[in-house]
Amino acid sequence: MTSLLPTLDDDFERRDPDFIRQFLPLFWLIASFWFRADVRGLEKIPPTGPVLLVGNHSGGNMTPDTAAFVLAFSAYFGAERPFYQLAHSLVLTMPALWWLRSFGTVVASPKNADKALRKGAALLVYPGGDYEVHRPTAESAKVDFDGRKGFLRIAHRDRVPLVPVVSIGGQETALFLARGQRLAKWLRLDRMFRLKVLPVSLALPWGLNIGDLLGHLPLPAKITIQVLDPIDLRARYGAKPDWTVAYREVVGQMQRTLTRLQAERRLPIVG
Amino acid sequence: MHVAVHTPIAAPRQRVWDYIVDPDRHREFMEGMTRWEAEGARRTGLGARFAMRMRVASVELGGLLEIVEFDPPCDLAWTSITGLDHRGRWRLRPRDGGCTDVELRVTYYAPGGIMGSIADLVAWPIVRGHLQRSLEALKQRVETRPRPRSTTAVGKRRHATGRRRTAPR
Repeated sequence: MTSLLPTLDDDFERRDPDFIRQFLPLFWLIASFWFRADVRGLEKIPPTGPVLLVGNHSGGNMTPDTAAFVLAFSAYFGAERPFYQLAHSLVLTMPALWWLRSFGTVVASPKNADKALRKGAALLVYPGGDYEVHRPTAESAKVDFDGRKGFLRIAHRDRVPLVPVVSIGGQETALFLARGQRLAKWLRLDRMFRLKVLPVSLALPWGLNIGDLLGHLPLPAKITIQVLDPIDLRARYGAKPDWTVAYREVVGQMQRTLTRLQAERRLPIVG
Repeated sequence: MHVAVHTPIAAPRQRVWDYIVDPDRHREFMEGMTRWEAEGARRTGLGARFAMRMRVASVELGGLLEIVEFDPPCDLAWTSITGLDHRGRWRLRPRDGGCTDVELRVTYYAPGGIMGSIADLVAWPIVRGHLQRSLEALKQRVETRPRPRSTTAVGKRRHATGRRRTAPR
């Protein structure tokens, strides 16, 4: 069976800084007073030039960590700085999310990643994708990229600094119970929509929420985001890295940060 | 949205001015300011540009700003070049007994229509709190700490040249 997803163009010129500026106050209100977002370490991101921002992903299809980080990045560096985000093609086909294109969201693919970085832009990627974003709430403090190493190859190939971005709190915006991988496979969602999961959660306003395709009303969990120091993969691992070692070290560094952020939290949701 | 705070400081106007125009001291007394760095060779005076960030609730707002009025030791005004649209002014006026009335004004405008206006309103007490505490910190430093050496010369030199400009931005 072939994919039912439409082929989307990769038009980078749809990004619109003026549109972003118009939306920032709404994002600021939500991030500040609903999620009480705390974004730390933005000064560690190189102020100009291409950079690959690599995050752990949380919050189901509502992804409050992404919204908070995009707001913080755009406020700190200005909406004028080229900044793109890679997203699953299914996300970009949803009519309610038409505005993502104007924010600089493009279909996740190595080709688009290279294109953004070679334009000199900052690029935000979530290697864990749908697999990580729907992990059970019990694994909130776990970085889980499912062994995907493509982000390392991209940063290495394009000779750009890799900046890890670690967040916590998103997985407390609902009670995520299971990824539903077997269900997704049984329904052939992988082949039809490139979906490896069909998550099951308890979320507002649905109660039992299967798939999270319509999103949910996220609980006001405190979102904390920590930006780490840039990593020069070529300087650290040479021209021909051992990808397994590089993956283990980079993800390990992110995991240690996430564990520390978890230790800071006194109560779920409250933070 | 307009915010203005003021306080009397028991020190001569020139001394207060020296604190304000010294970029190295700015972050000492400016509450919530996470970044204040000169951009380019000019570190003070008319046309000097600074990268400024101030934490307002969840994010660090700011951008590049430029000093558009520099009238030692009376007025210093700036306007934003990039980032959040805003203007600001330090206004120093002498008082009896060798004291100085110090006023700090900031006017800012968030984009986004109605949402921008709501954000402006919601941010107002936060911004006002930052500015009020900044003035209190400035007052405490100026009244209790030794007179800074390096910036006095800068302030006097500017004053002697009498350079003044008001740029209607």
